[in-house]
Amino acid sequence: MPRLSQWIIRAAFIYLLLGFTFGALLLTHKGMPLHPALWGWLPAHIEFLLMGWIVQLTMGVAFWILPRYWKHPRGTDEIYAQIAFVFLNLGIWLVVAGTTFRAGIWVLLAGRVVEVGAVVFFALHAWKRIVSREGA
Amino acid sequence: MPPLTRWYIKSALVYLTAALLLAVILALPINLPLFIRYMNPAYFHLFLVGWVTQMIFGVIYWMFPIITRAQPRGNEQLGWASYALLNVGLLLRAIGEPLVSTRPEAGLGWLLAVSALLQWLAAVLFVVLAWPRVKEKYRGE
Repeated sequence: MPRLSQWIIRAAFIYLLLGFTFGALLLTHKGMPLHPALWGWLPAHIEFLLMGWIVQLTMGVAFWILPRYWKHPRGTDEIYAQIAFVFLNLGIWLVVAGTTFRAGIWVLLAGRVVEVGAVVFFALHAWKRIVSREGA
Repeated sequence: MPPLTRWYIKSALVYLTAALLLAVILALPINLPLFIRYMNPAYFHLFLVGWVTQMIFGVIYWMFPIITRAQPRGNEQLGWASYALLNVGLLLRAIGEPLVSTRPEAGLGWLLAVSALLQWLAAVLFVVLAWPRVKEKYRGE
């Protein structure tokens, strides 16, 4: 497993733990009220699990297993995947700042835009590695 | 494919079916019983925890680089414990959440706290199990 995949997958595991921790607190609060402010953590719970865990893990595994060489080198442009990793995590925290921490609509919007950027950079990286058996 | 992975993936498929069936029921243009109507969060969690996360856990346990030939996938008991905790916790939520919502006076809120604790422990145990396997390919001692 390449070094970048290790970073991405470990980050995904951390988000899994964060997401499940907030989820556990929210579920407990539903049955045995703890603190009303807890509901403010719902967007962070969703963001950590959807983007931080599921999307990030998928990217980490894709970076690992997509063909790097088939018929000829697939020009992997690793820098694009590195940028995607940074953008995705920056985007997640901007979205959490814009929702849970009420930093404002522009911070939330910036977070969503940066997340789109992450996906575009990841797609730019992965595109040439998505090949048929014939190398097409 | 190791037995634990088979359990994870088959359970994931059962949850996907259950989640989509529940979605069909929730979409019915009839006056549904309150208990069913309060199962909307359960639908999301049957889908995202029961199907998506459980499928991921099963594939990770199967395909991530092995640690050593002697104990390729780490402590298997930890994996089984995580599997059991996740599933018991999730089922407890699916039943407990609408129960608590429809009968708030019954004092069943602790069901949700137990469900939350079980699922949280499942995630922690799985990360403990899988973390050492996020590494280079095993090339022998």
